[in-house]
Amino acid sequence: MAHPSQLGFQDAASPVMEELLHFHDHALMVVLLISAFVLYIIVAMISTKLTNKYVLDSQEIEIIWTVLPAVILILIALPSLRILYLMDEINSPLLTIKAVGHQWYWSYEYTDYEDLGFDSYMIPTQDLLPGQFRLLEADHRMVIPVEAPIRVLVSADDVLHSWAVPSLGIKMDAVPGRLNQTAFIATRPGIFYGQCSEICGANHSFMPIVVEAVPLEHFENWSSRMLEDA
Amino acid sequence: MSDTIEEKIKNYRTAPFDARFPNTNQTRNCFQNYLDFHRCNKALSAKDQDVAPCDWYQRVYKSLCPMSWVARWDEQIENGSFPGKI
Repeated sequence: MAHPSQLGFQDAASPVMEELLHFHDHALMVVLLISAFVLYIIVAMISTKLTNKYVLDSQEIEIIWTVLPAVILILIALPSLRILYLMDEINSPLLTIKAVGHQWYWSYEYTDYEDLGFDSYMIPTQDLLPGQFRLLEADHRMVIPVEAPIRVLVSADDVLHSWAVPSLGIKMDAVPGRLNQTAFIATRPGIFYGQCSEICGANHSFMPIVVEAVPLEHFENWSSRMLEDA
Repeated sequence: MSDTIEEKIKNYRTAPFDARFPNTNQTRNCFQNYLDFHRCNKALSAKDQDVAPCDWYQRVYKSLCPMSWVARWDEQIENGSFPGKI
C-alpha cells in the first residue's frame, strides 16, 4: 500500500508491475541524465567569459544531436513495447471474478462454480480498528489464490467507475453495459489496496478496493464460508 | 463427441480464452454464450436430443456475465421482451 512521503511506486505484487517498475527506473534514469547534461551545458554557457561570434554551421555536431536522441528514443521504445505486448499475452486464467462498480461500493461475483456475490463497502473512519488504514479498508475483501492467473471482468451498475490496484499494476475502467477484461497473477500473499479511479459522485473517494491473496486452501475455505453466510 | 464435451464440462475451471473475442471488451463474449446456450437448448430439444452439451455455454456465460445481467435477460425471455434472436 501507499505510505507517507512515498516517492516511488508501491512494491510490485505481480510480474507485470515488476516490469513496469523496472521500465520506469530505466526511463527516469534516461530523463535524469539528459536533464543533468542540459543543466551542465546551460551553466557552462552562462559562466564563461569566452565568446565565439564566427560559427556559422557545423555538420558534425548537427549529426550527433540528431542521431543520439533518435537512438535514445529507440532505447526507450523497445522495452516499452515489450511490456505492452507482454500485457496482451494470451493467458489461461484459473478463476474469473467480476468487479462491478456501484455508487458507492464495489461488488464481487465468483460464479465459475456456485453463485457467490457480495458487496464491499469502505469501513468508515470511526469504525476502524487500531492498525487499519483510513479510507482504504473494506468490510469484504476480494480474496484470490496466490500465484494463480486471475481474470477480472470490470463493469459498472450506474455511472463510470474505475477498478485500480497499483501494486498489481492494474487500472480498468468500469463502464455500464460493458465488460472490460484484465488479468493478473499475484506473486506473493498479501493485502493490496486501491481506490476508485473515475469520478463517480459524492463518495468517489470512499469506495476502495482491497485484494487479499492467500494460499489455495485458504481461498477454498473462505469461499465455502462466504457461500454459507450468503 | 459427447464424451469429450462431458470431459470438458467436468474439468471446467473458468471460461477459456476465446479467439473470437481477443480484446479487452468481453461484453459480446458473455452475450454470445448466453444466446448460444438458449439456441442450443431450443435446437436440441426440437430434435428430441439430449441437451447436456449445452451446459458448456451455460458454464461460460455464468462465468463471464454479471448475475444482474443474467437475471434481467432471463426475465425478459420469460415475458417475451428479450432483444436477442433465439
